[in-house]
Amino acid sequence: MAALVFAALILVIFNFARDPTVLRAQDLAPSALWVTITFASVTALNRAFAVELDHGALDGLLLAPVGREAIYLGKLLGNLLFTGLVQAITIPLFVLFFNLDLHGTLPAILLLAFLATVGFTAVGTVFSALTARVQFNELMLPVLLLPFMVPPLIGAAQVTSKLLAGRPLADSAGWLQILVTYDIVFLTLSVLVFPAVLDE
Amino acid sequence: MPSPLLQAQGIRRAFGPRVVLRGLDLTLAAGETLAIVGPNGAGKTTLLRILAGLIKPSAGEVTLDGVKLTPAEPASRRTVGLLSHRSLLYDDLTVYENLVFAARLMGVADPKSAAKFALAEVDLSARADDSPRTLSRGLLQRAAIARALIHKPRLLLLDEPFTGLDAVASDRLQRLLRERRPAGLGTVVVTHQVAEVWDFADRVVALVGGNWALEEGRGGPLDDFMRRYREVVPA
Amino acid sequence: MTSSSSLSASSSFPQSSTSSAVVAARKSIRLGQALTVLALVALAAHYVRAIQYTPIEATQGLAQKIFYVHVPAAWSAFLAFGILGVCSALFLWLHDRRLDLFAEASAEVGTVLTLIVLTTGPLWGKPIWGTWWQWEVRLTSTLFLFFLMVGYLTLRRSIFDPLERARYSAVVGILGAMLVPFIHLSVYMFRTIHPKPVILNPEGPTLPGSMLSTLLEGVAIMTVMYLGLVLVRYGIGRLQDEKEARHAAQG
Repeated sequence: MAALVFAALILVIFNFARDPTVLRAQDLAPSALWVTITFASVTALNRAFAVELDHGALDGLLLAPVGREAIYLGKLLGNLLFTGLVQAITIPLFVLFFNLDLHGTLPAILLLAFLATVGFTAVGTVFSALTARVQFNELMLPVLLLPFMVPPLIGAAQVTSKLLAGRPLADSAGWLQILVTYDIVFLTLSVLVFPAVLDE
Repeated sequence: MPSPLLQAQGIRRAFGPRVVLRGLDLTLAAGETLAIVGPNGAGKTTLLRILAGLIKPSAGEVTLDGVKLTPAEPASRRTVGLLSHRSLLYDDLTVYENLVFAARLMGVADPKSAAKFALAEVDLSARADDSPRTLSRGLLQRAAIARALIHKPRLLLLDEPFTGLDAVASDRLQRLLRERRPAGLGTVVVTHQVAEVWDFADRVVALVGGNWALEEGRGGPLDDFMRRYREVVPA
Repeated sequence: MTSSSSLSASSSFPQSSTSSAVVAARKSIRLGQALTVLALVALAAHYVRAIQYTPIEATQGLAQKIFYVHVPAAWSAFLAFGILGVCSALFLWLHDRRLDLFAEASAEVGTVLTLIVLTTGPLWGKPIWGTWWQWEVRLTSTLFLFFLMVGYLTLRRSIFDPLERARYSAVVGILGAMLVPFIHLSVYMFRTIHPKPVILNPEGPTLPGSMLSTLLEGVAIMTVMYLGLVLVRYGIGRLQDEKEARHAAQG
């Protein structure tokens, strides 16, 4: 819930922080949207493993007759659902606040959102387990994760602005390739290294 | 002679340069209760977590019911139930929901009825729809016991289970361990308070400085044991 | 029971291998110091050559000479991070503590190198571009390299158990090293779509022979210096590790 309010607030601030005569809403919109989603996702990820620390519930998961990878995938899906939910509400708000004409690009934007989110959530899930285990202060997760959010962010923002300008999705093939590759690489790597985070 | 339920050989564990367990052997038959006592920091909890499959030993291996306990064989963990001094329950779920979750996690065939049954076994059915937050320490312990046994493990591991329990709850736990547990359940209890386990343990062993220091069968006088125990434990 | 090879999973330090670890550490430090001194001398000679004997670049003038510091440092910084990534991956596979210590040494030296790049960049950029900073590919990638390395080192400082620290840093190290090519690629694509009105291309499409050879020489020397510094740092790290081990064994 807090994440949603947070996201809404950021969108509002973005709107007021620009000079309307200089910057069209349409130009600012992609950055605003993706920065918002980024920050909201980080707040979600911070909490993802924290819940396992109360009463040692993580041990409960570790005792289960399932491989550590299953725990990772479970958490990943949970995180994706959560960020998906945040996006489901943020994106309409975004269209509303920035008075955008979507030209029927909504499916493409949703696909984009999915691709970008999978990428940094894959790494974010690993880091949230790590920072929860070591009990760092809340800033450690964003500090570690933000560099990982940059390539998906750049890609998503670029493609979004192209889409809003009316260009077909095929024009952004290069960016899409990067996003998909990023997702595959980091999903694979995360599944491989995650057991090391849970080991003692 | 039937093969033992639990067998650990050459268990050694070091944390960096600090050696906590120095090559221990341990055997437990089905239905037997073993108590491991020792001063704080002796490595009892570490040993228990190795037996539970939560930590890998630096050397040595654990065999449960003839199956080697390794991270590559997660299915072997189905035989074990753990009662920690923490409840392993989620505050955001009700007690009942917690048990259903645990049952699903441990691969129990009918999670919902298993949860209901477990609640009845520990006399917690009345609090099924409450959050663990609202339970007293004793009731929380009961919920944790239900969780630990929900998948009908053959081995139950208890880590300092009497911590923070009042006399009534402590009594109840002792009764459970002595009388009401399922037949054939092997139990390992770790505690630093010998008196609590003296009455119902089949064997008591002392772990001091990473090595076994004493072993005692059932029936002897507690005072005798305590005298010898104090001799081997560093002041 | 002694474990003579430190490749054992227990990563313990029984007495018999203690002194050999210290000997190895000291060797590493001596070798590292030798390499560093050698590199520094060579570096000095190199810069004399760079300043005196290479042609002055037509459009950029004298300021372009910074390029001879900037580029080798950048190359070494990325090398440092690459080695960090490899050591991290190998550590998770082999559990050899030495790999972790080497990764740490590489990270620290790499951070210094990155700072060199990030300071020489603007120093070079201001006379050439007219601005202190440009979001061009190499500088931006190096900036992220800096963030990643600082994040890595901060993580290390916050974990006290050596085994835990090694494991978690390795996880971050692998993921971080894998990220760098993506950052590079993303910024590059961003740049080709939004070319900045750059007055001059800082590098020029081709380098005349003498500049190229000087540059390559600089890269080689800088790499040697990096290696020297890392070996020293690694040796120090091992000695510290040994000291902690002995304290813990007695405690």
